[in-house]
Amino acid sequence: MSAAVVRAVPQPPMPASPQAQPSQAKSMVSVDNVTMAFGSFVAVQDVNLTIKDGEFVSIVGPTGCGKSTILNAIAGLLQPASGSITIDAKPVKGIQGNIGYLFQQDALLPWKTAIENTELGLMFRREPAGVRREKAMAWLAKVGLRGFEHRYPHQLSGGQRKRVQMAQALITEPQVILMDEPFSALDIHTRHLMQNELLRLWQEDRRAVVMITHDLEEAIALGDRVVILSAGPRSHIIESFDVDLSRPRDVAEIKLDPHFMDLYRNIWASLRGEVEKSYERRD
Amino acid sequence: MNAATERAIQIGILVVILGGWQIGTMTGLIDVFFFPAPLDIGTQIASWVADTSFYRHVGITLTETVLGYLIGTGLGVAAGVWLGLSRSAARILDPFIKGLNAIPRVVLAPIFVLWLGLGLWSKVALAVTLVFFITFFNAMQGVREVNPVVLSNARILGANRRDLLRHVYFPAAASWILSSLRTSVGFAVVGAIIGEYLGSSAGLGYLIAQAEGNFDATGVFAGIIILSIFVLLIDTVLNVVEKRLITWRPSAGEERPA
Repeated sequence: MSAAVVRAVPQPPMPASPQAQPSQAKSMVSVDNVTMAFGSFVAVQDVNLTIKDGEFVSIVGPTGCGKSTILNAIAGLLQPASGSITIDAKPVKGIQGNIGYLFQQDALLPWKTAIENTELGLMFRREPAGVRREKAMAWLAKVGLRGFEHRYPHQLSGGQRKRVQMAQALITEPQVILMDEPFSALDIHTRHLMQNELLRLWQEDRRAVVMITHDLEEAIALGDRVVILSAGPRSHIIESFDVDLSRPRDVAEIKLDPHFMDLYRNIWASLRGEVEKSYERRD
Repeated sequence: MNAATERAIQIGILVVILGGWQIGTMTGLIDVFFFPAPLDIGTQIASWVADTSFYRHVGITLTETVLGYLIGTGLGVAAGVWLGLSRSAARILDPFIKGLNAIPRVVLAPIFVLWLGLGLWSKVALAVTLVFFITFFNAMQGVREVNPVVLSNARILGANRRDLLRHVYFPAAASWILSSLRTSVGFAVVGAIIGEYLGSSAGLGYLIAQAEGNFDATGVFAGIIILSIFVLLIDTVLNVVEKRLITWRPSAGEERPA
């Protein structure tokens, strides 16, 4: 079943992501010996991480372990203190045009309607108005917001705003999608809905994804691989687990799968020590 | 208490005050030299409103107010956005701005008359100095308080500096500026009127000054009432403008669903 799904890519793959066989996919994001520091405070030390094209990597770690700084370094928002990051073999210097970023908080421009927010990335790329309007309409329909095009963010529910954010981040067809605890602010039912929605969109057109979360269930349910970060400061990668669950997955149902539970037990055994450590340091 | 009763009480209060005042002047309890009878004030207003030259005065005050407001806000927004974006420029200019803002604006009126003459522009200049600082501080605050997540999002979506100004900083500052729209327009009126009062040949402030010069309290009171109606009308217009411009903001009572 999984093999059939992987090949069932409905759209022809983008030139940047020729990945009929994921096992041979080239590396898309490469983080080499990266240390992130703020003054004398070292948040993250010597992190090495490679994400293949079309691979969905979840990064889990205790709160305050510097997960977000890694993401922001890949996005080009922060500069690593040492080490290097490349995307598609090109070194990251400042903000690149090939990133889609899904924020935890509301990142929509409150003074623009859903459709205006969605087409923002295309507008900044100077696409003609007609083309971008058409694409934005299609994307809003894709995330289930047909009929909500002219609503302002404050007129949408939390889940709907998250959908607009997804459309906004994905419309530019980024090579790499970064997500910083994207669903943690949502209630549990909306969260499951949005996770499934995200998987559906990603399944249609697989890109490299780096998702940060503190929710281990979410990490396993969505990811191809779960990477565990140690408690901060000087946080580093302790272990990486492959998640060999078949796709497509249903986030709510997969949690009942015995193999999912095995994985959860294994990974939690590794994560638990770090979580406890981070609490000890806090007290 | 329903709306009709409340309205009835409001009218009742007005009738008691004006009626008492009128009776007081008629019985000689109140000296009409200082407190002219309401009916006389009404007659004075009516005669002004019936006179076409009155509208020339209103037109001049309105022009001064609008010009002062537009120039003041324009400069205030430009300077506020600039200093909001450049922290070092803001730090360098901070003492100068504070110093300028500390000057009581009224004392500038004679200087402006000296520089710009008795005509329109000395009044506009006074209104500008009053409006500028309000808009300036609001614009600077608006730019500084741009949500960093929204900013990062726009940058990642590919916005260059000009895009950020146009689509992020200005709209963010605009909501701050527009929310202070009424305060600053009130100051624009104050600037225009004081300017006229201190030296001019036309305008509502001039009418009041002239009445005062003739010890005509009726004229002064009539002028004051005309002025407050004038400000109320501008306020109504601004209310409509504000609603049109900030459609994206939740209005009071319209809660943001979780």
